[in-house]
Amino acid sequence: MPTLDRAVPPALVRVHGAAPAWRSLASPVRFQAWAGRALPWFAALAALLGVAGLVVAFGVAPTDHQQGDVYRILFIHVPAAWMSMFIYLVAALHAALGLVFRTRLSPLMARALAPTGALFTVIALWTGAMWGRPTWGAWWVWDARLTTELILLFLYLGYLGLVSAIDDPRRADRAGAIVLLAGVVDVPVIYFSVQWWSTLHQGASISLTAAPSMAYTMLAGLLLMTGACWAYTVAVALARVRRLIAEREPQWELA
Amino acid sequence: MPASSSLLIGRELRLAARRPMDALSGLVFFVLVGSLFPLAVGPDAPLLAAIGPGVVWVAALLAVVISLHRLFEPDLDDGALEQWLLSPHSLTGLVALRIAAHWLVCGLPLVAVGPLLALQYGLSPLAVAVLLAALLLGTPTLSLLGALGAALTLGLRGHVLVALIVLPLCVPVLVFGSSAVSAGQQGLPVGPQLSLLGACLSLAAFLCPWATGAALRLAVE
Repeated sequence: MPTLDRAVPPALVRVHGAAPAWRSLASPVRFQAWAGRALPWFAALAALLGVAGLVVAFGVAPTDHQQGDVYRILFIHVPAAWMSMFIYLVAALHAALGLVFRTRLSPLMARALAPTGALFTVIALWTGAMWGRPTWGAWWVWDARLTTELILLFLYLGYLGLVSAIDDPRRADRAGAIVLLAGVVDVPVIYFSVQWWSTLHQGASISLTAAPSMAYTMLAGLLLMTGACWAYTVAVALARVRRLIAEREPQWELA
Repeated sequence: MPASSSLLIGRELRLAARRPMDALSGLVFFVLVGSLFPLAVGPDAPLLAAIGPGVVWVAALLAVVISLHRLFEPDLDDGALEQWLLSPHSLTGLVALRIAAHWLVCGLPLVAVGPLLALQYGLSPLAVAVLLAALLLGTPTLSLLGALGAALTLGLRGHVLVALIVLPLCVPVLVFGSSAVSAGQQGLPVGPQLSLLGACLSLAAFLCPWATGAALRLAVE
């Protein structure tokens, strides 16, 4: 339970007392302290999972009988592509929360996540190109999934460009939220593009409803790398949001 | 509201009529870009017929984007925008009227001249008719999405930012519009693409005036 100020009237005490403790993290000053404690753990987890994932990916996982060793690039390509879409959805969710509930932390979270999302989009496109050259024989094809992923990168860049161009923080938050929400239609289009259009990009090899169509060591490496990308994203976003809070509210020292 | 809506649209049309060059610069740009491609890729008729639909659509999209700075900036400068925010009418309705007026001034001439450009590229009569229908359905969507971008970037430095925001959002219109014309060129059915363009227009007409109003409020405050 959060400790309450003595000055708060009794009626408010009741309302606040009923709320679960995690909700007090929506307050930037509490979040600042919590993020400072959680950050090293996520960073360590990212390093640990990353090393384990790389060992499995390069040492344990067997060579693919069709694609040879080139397939190993999927251990970074697939997690990066997943993260690029997922981070956009999370940032858009934060943006929507900020618009609807006028929370102070949500726009900062959206802003902290977007650069990492753009980074993962670039990694997904880059590694995809490196995989496509030996496998498809072309660095780039104008395939539905590649094109929509490229548009996702432009959406990230548009958001980052807009929020950095606006000096007034309140307008930057709201305008950025509108842009993020306007672009959110693109994410399902990317995800389902392989099913909707018969494209060159291969379909998903992993689904929740069927057994994976790959060796279990490959799957283990992929899941480890995905976990590493998750932990890295959380750690970087927390570090960035701490800077943003310190910038907005200079009276709260970095704990 | 009907009286004030005709006043508002009438005001925009009068402003455009008094400075015709300003209003028609997008149209001139459209024709110019459309005429540059044959100079660059050469006068090969089958190639021009193949790239024609895409070129006309990209030129229309760029023409809409370069006309966006005229949408709200003059109103912000002369204080009309603040009067909108203070007026008893709904801001969403006013914004929708303003976008409609902008489309009449900047979008409708593109629709009228588009078939002419298509004839330069040697498209078949059926494809020209499809282009006309697709532009009629598509350019209002471009104006609506462009208005959102213009409102979000109102009063900011740099005109590239509005293009960076608007162009990715306009990709579906571009894809469905040019694929409708290409299908018409090959004698394939064009119903699905035109329906999708209509769906984009409905969605944009429903959401964009409201979001644009919210963005304008932010810009003026």
